[in-house]
Amino acid sequence: MLFSPTPLHIPDGFLSIGVSVVGWILAVVFIGIALRQTKDQLGERQVPLMGVIAAFIFAAQAINFPVAAGTSGHLLGGTLAAIVLGPWAGTLVMTAVIAVQALLFQDGGLLAMGWNIMNMGVITTFTGYAVYMLVIRFLGPTTRSRLIGGFVGAWLSVIVSASAAAIQLAISGTSPLHLGLPAMAGVHAIIGLGEAIITVGAIGLLQASRPEVLTTGETAPGKRTATFTLVGLLVALAVAAFSPLASARPDGLEFIAELQGFLGLAQGPSFELMPDYTLPFLSDPVLTTMLAVAVGTLVVFGLAWLIARSSVHRGTVRD
Amino acid sequence: MHIDLTDQYQHRESLIHHLDPRVKVVVTLFFILVVGLVRHGSWIAFGALFLGVLGYAAASRLGMFYAVRRSFIAIPFLLAAAPLPFIIPGPTLISFPALNLTISEPGTIRFVSIMLRSFIAVQAGILLAATTPFPDLVWAMCSLRIPRPLVAVIAFMYRYIFVLADEVIRLMRARAARSPEIPGKGKPSLLWRGRVTGSMVGSLFLRSLDRSERVYGAMASRGYDGEMRTYSTFQMRGADWISLIVFSLLILGSLSLMFLR
Repeated sequence: MLFSPTPLHIPDGFLSIGVSVVGWILAVVFIGIALRQTKDQLGERQVPLMGVIAAFIFAAQAINFPVAAGTSGHLLGGTLAAIVLGPWAGTLVMTAVIAVQALLFQDGGLLAMGWNIMNMGVITTFTGYAVYMLVIRFLGPTTRSRLIGGFVGAWLSVIVSASAAAIQLAISGTSPLHLGLPAMAGVHAIIGLGEAIITVGAIGLLQASRPEVLTTGETAPGKRTATFTLVGLLVALAVAAFSPLASARPDGLEFIAELQGFLGLAQGPSFELMPDYTLPFLSDPVLTTMLAVAVGTLVVFGLAWLIARSSVHRGTVRD
Repeated sequence: MHIDLTDQYQHRESLIHHLDPRVKVVVTLFFILVVGLVRHGSWIAFGALFLGVLGYAAASRLGMFYAVRRSFIAIPFLLAAAPLPFIIPGPTLISFPALNLTISEPGTIRFVSIMLRSFIAVQAGILLAATTPFPDLVWAMCSLRIPRPLVAVIAFMYRYIFVLADEVIRLMRARAARSPEIPGKGKPSLLWRGRVTGSMVGSLFLRSLDRSERVYGAMASRGYDGEMRTYSTFQMRGADWISLIVFSLLILGSLSLMFLR
């Protein structure tokens, strides 16, 4: 049994129910789009190709190389999957990987799986793909630009998804943003180097032996939507991060603690049936705020997505 | 990341193993949801839920502590919650004046609660995987209206995990055989090692791509038309309904314990 902990798989118990539900809603939307897009792209091949490639990512995550003192570098694979298959197929593949890891090996929770899919399946693939395509656009489709794009894309994708996880933990009241965000981003800036080097090695081999594999990924659907989707998600996360719940000053947790202290004072005569406690779904101000944050996140994201869609349509008309 | 080449399913002759997989999936998800809903510091409710997991493991004849022994996977993640006792304001439990740190009571309660939640929730997941064969789990997902292509991809992936894991082991063995440590010579650079690993990943990808084409060809020649078909192997019997109701009531009962003072 090969094992090295990946601090990106959030287990159950670390995210609050409200945050988990938002993650699942977002994940369901993205999985739905990914299923439709890959069906259009691959047709009958969808299931066998996606299934075997998902098994590939799962197996490839076990290929490691010793770094120092018992630690080892290995792949997450989101960026590589997006580069060779396109972002939507990458999302679907990573979703399957995360689902099997959670169901079979308890790597990541079931309730937390929504955010795990968003972090490792959507945010990594879209960040990696957007950066990779951007570099290729600026430097031209050469081997060198593919390697640079792959390196930067893979490295950033790990950092961005780790930061996203830190924000979710902060909103859940599990980890303070002002400590958790720098810690997660910092650790993953190093872990991301391993990801980047392996991704570059893989791209180098593909470029040398089967360059046409790389062009399928580059022409896959989702090229235009990728950047917009990513920007939308990042803006939404930033909004959530700077909402009063998670902002560093006043500290998100102090804020929650204040609310809870306030709750403790106000609890007295609320319900006859359940003295000393108010139903957590209805009247808990923490949850209400979270729901507000959630709705805000969704609205911002929805707006970004609409803008992306309309601009894509305009793009195709012009073409 | 790990590849455990033994299946997680542990066959026993027990009531729980014979339950409809949908019951087990629904009960597990409901259980994990309730674990998340328990208020910080409701030790009685946490205790009851933990007893529930122990009882479930015992009833499935895996041994009462089967899941406990495997439940330490979430420990590295506790680092994320570690600052809580120090930063949440409240009555002080212990203070370290030399370090200018204090451990507060509400912070500790929150930290321990998060620890217990993940500890209990992960055991429910372990027991689900240990008492339900993966194909049955896949069938249950299909029948619980999870999009069929996604379930098909997951089922497909499961079939090939073990095949590709074997390829990985062969690749790593080949690398080990070709990389002896020569006395007097330094180790190659980290960058080089990383690139070699990347080449291994790349060649594994090409093999997987070719394999998927062969698999698709074999399927197409046997009449595959893009639609995955499953036939129902389970039907909800009386025992399944009773178990579903009893388990749900037990879980709700444990949750209600948090209203006790």
